[in-house]
Amino acid sequence: MVQTEKRITQLFERHDGSEKIMSLFLTAGYPDPEATVDLILGFEENGVDLVELGMPFSDPLADGPTIQYSSNVAIEQGITMKKILNIVEQVREKSDIPIILMGYINPVLRYGAERFCHDAAEAGVDGLIIPDIPIEESGILKGEADKNELPIIYLVAPNTSDERMRKIDEQSQGFVYCVSVTGVTGAREGDEVARSVQRFISRVKQNVTKNPKMVGFGIKSHEDAQRIAADMDGFIVGSALIDTIRDNYPEEGWKDEVFAFVRRLKYGKE
Amino acid sequence: MKYDLPTKEGYYGDFGGKFVPEILIPVLEELEAAYENAWQDENFQQEYRQLLNEYVGRPTKLTYANRLTDHYGKAKIYLKREDLCHTGAHKINNAIGQILLAQRMGKDRIIAETGAGQHGVATATACAKFGVDCIVYMGAEDMERQKLNVERMRLLGTEVRPVTSGSQTLKDATNEAIRDWVTNVEDTFYIIGSVVGPHPYPKMVRNFHRVIGDETRRQLAEDEGRESPDHLLACVGGGSNAIGIFYPFIEDESVQMYGLEAAGLGADTDQTAATLTIGQPGVLHGSMSYLLHNSEGQIQLAHSISAGLDYPGIGPEHSYLHKTNRVHYKAITDDQAMEGVKLLSETEGIIPALETAHAIAYLDELMPTTSKDEIVVLNCSGRGDKDMGTISKHIDH
Repeated sequence: MVQTEKRITQLFERHDGSEKIMSLFLTAGYPDPEATVDLILGFEENGVDLVELGMPFSDPLADGPTIQYSSNVAIEQGITMKKILNIVEQVREKSDIPIILMGYINPVLRYGAERFCHDAAEAGVDGLIIPDIPIEESGILKGEADKNELPIIYLVAPNTSDERMRKIDEQSQGFVYCVSVTGVTGAREGDEVARSVQRFISRVKQNVTKNPKMVGFGIKSHEDAQRIAADMDGFIVGSALIDTIRDNYPEEGWKDEVFAFVRRLKYGKE
Repeated sequence: MKYDLPTKEGYYGDFGGKFVPEILIPVLEELEAAYENAWQDENFQQEYRQLLNEYVGRPTKLTYANRLTDHYGKAKIYLKREDLCHTGAHKINNAIGQILLAQRMGKDRIIAETGAGQHGVATATACAKFGVDCIVYMGAEDMERQKLNVERMRLLGTEVRPVTSGSQTLKDATNEAIRDWVTNVEDTFYIIGSVVGPHPYPKMVRNFHRVIGDETRRQLAEDEGRESPDHLLACVGGGSNAIGIFYPFIEDESVQMYGLEAAGLGADTDQTAATLTIGQPGVLHGSMSYLLHNSEGQIQLAHSISAGLDYPGIGPEHSYLHKTNRVHYKAITDDQAMEGVKLLSETEGIIPALETAHAIAYLDELMPTTSKDEIVVLNCSGRGDKDMGTISKHIDH
């Protein structure tokens, strides 16, 4: 078994700050399971540093319409936890890009916390983000995750107090996920994010000192990312990517369109 | 037996907790502090009691059901008349309590979810009474099934937002209400309609409904010279009317309690809402409890003829009371419930809600095992006017 934590640690250690680390969220099994593997492998070639692979859930109450849609498509096409782990295994045959599984706790518990952490580590997963597990409820997964050296990444939000940010930084492993705006996931108009985000970012800088900081929610372009992530280690894009896939799939050459979008996100206009 | 759940962390044994996104944690902490403070505050209690008395119409009667008692010829049957509450069901106890709390917290935008529309109507009513803006999320399919309640809410000045995601029923309306809440955390108060959701909701909603059980104790003492019945029955969807009447009796081990959930077409079919009978523990809408979900942990659609019981989860405290066997939970089919509607209508002149009818239907099984010196109390949680459309489709005259 590969030492899983290392892939994330190495990513941030290697990072010299010259450009922002870019993480993309993709729903596992969307637009279909084979495509998910191809997309992740293609992401790596097009400048993506980290992949958050979404484990679809029937009731994604922290997600906006885009991720609700991709989750539904994946579930309707029969995605299972086994198939999700198989996607990771297939990527691992060809690539060392760090992969984090992200999703709601219920499918994880139904699969079994012990079995899940074991199988995920075995498949080559590098960490977990479970948005409906705040630090208060971390006990439900932490023991098994630790046993398998699987880092759990926690989130901070604009209304998280300074003191609580420090607590979350203490417990988080790999990095801290900074949710830039209140609300559900989804691309937003630039101004909406910019207005309140500066104060939040400066509080994050003050209080999250142990871990690298990645910012997400509402980022849809290179320009958004550069502005919002200026003082962060990197940024996360999800809904805008899925919207791009949705706009192009299954037209001829749809993947090239998606990869072009990914390059623009990372490097700006081509 | 001492009973002092939930714990500080919001747990009832293995069930409960706060399984919510980080954004909601500060909101829940603020809510918990405000609730605990209000609940201890004499002024809050007084205002709440006064509204229950003068506006809701409490205390509701404890009616001796003489002809229903004669029908079985066994224990005496009493009905706790929550159907006589303003708006026709117990739901208003909680809506009034939570809106008072929202006022105290300075939150002037109210949101709620509703399935059958009873909680939506109760919330819309409370908001009209207080002159506060109210948005109710309701599955588009439920809006079609419960047109009358949609019209009631609109007449009360509430905006009813159709939910077209997922199955377009109560669980999806709840998802959508939570999405609104995480987006508008600053000024919005979410009035949850049952003993579900993250801590402190299950505790708070229970305590706003415990007045049902507290009154029952007093009334039974007056009528029968004893505070506790031998058997206590209530229907269970999320479980708010049931916990309201059970809670003050939990420490009273001589009281046998029965929670009647909806079997739909049968607990062994896929058209069911019998969460405790066939479900498995899991996390939905912020708490750990029994759920109807498939082997992948995807939530399954519930079915019941009664829209108020048509929910794939159940309050965490009920999961605990089930697991510890303090309450006996049984599943009642759609057909049995319909027989229950007929029985109470014909014997007592009370047309019960389809939800309530699930508890009535269980009398067929329970009563033969009772004796004449025993007392049965059944929580008559709501009246059946809202269900006349469904009822008339199922009953041949």
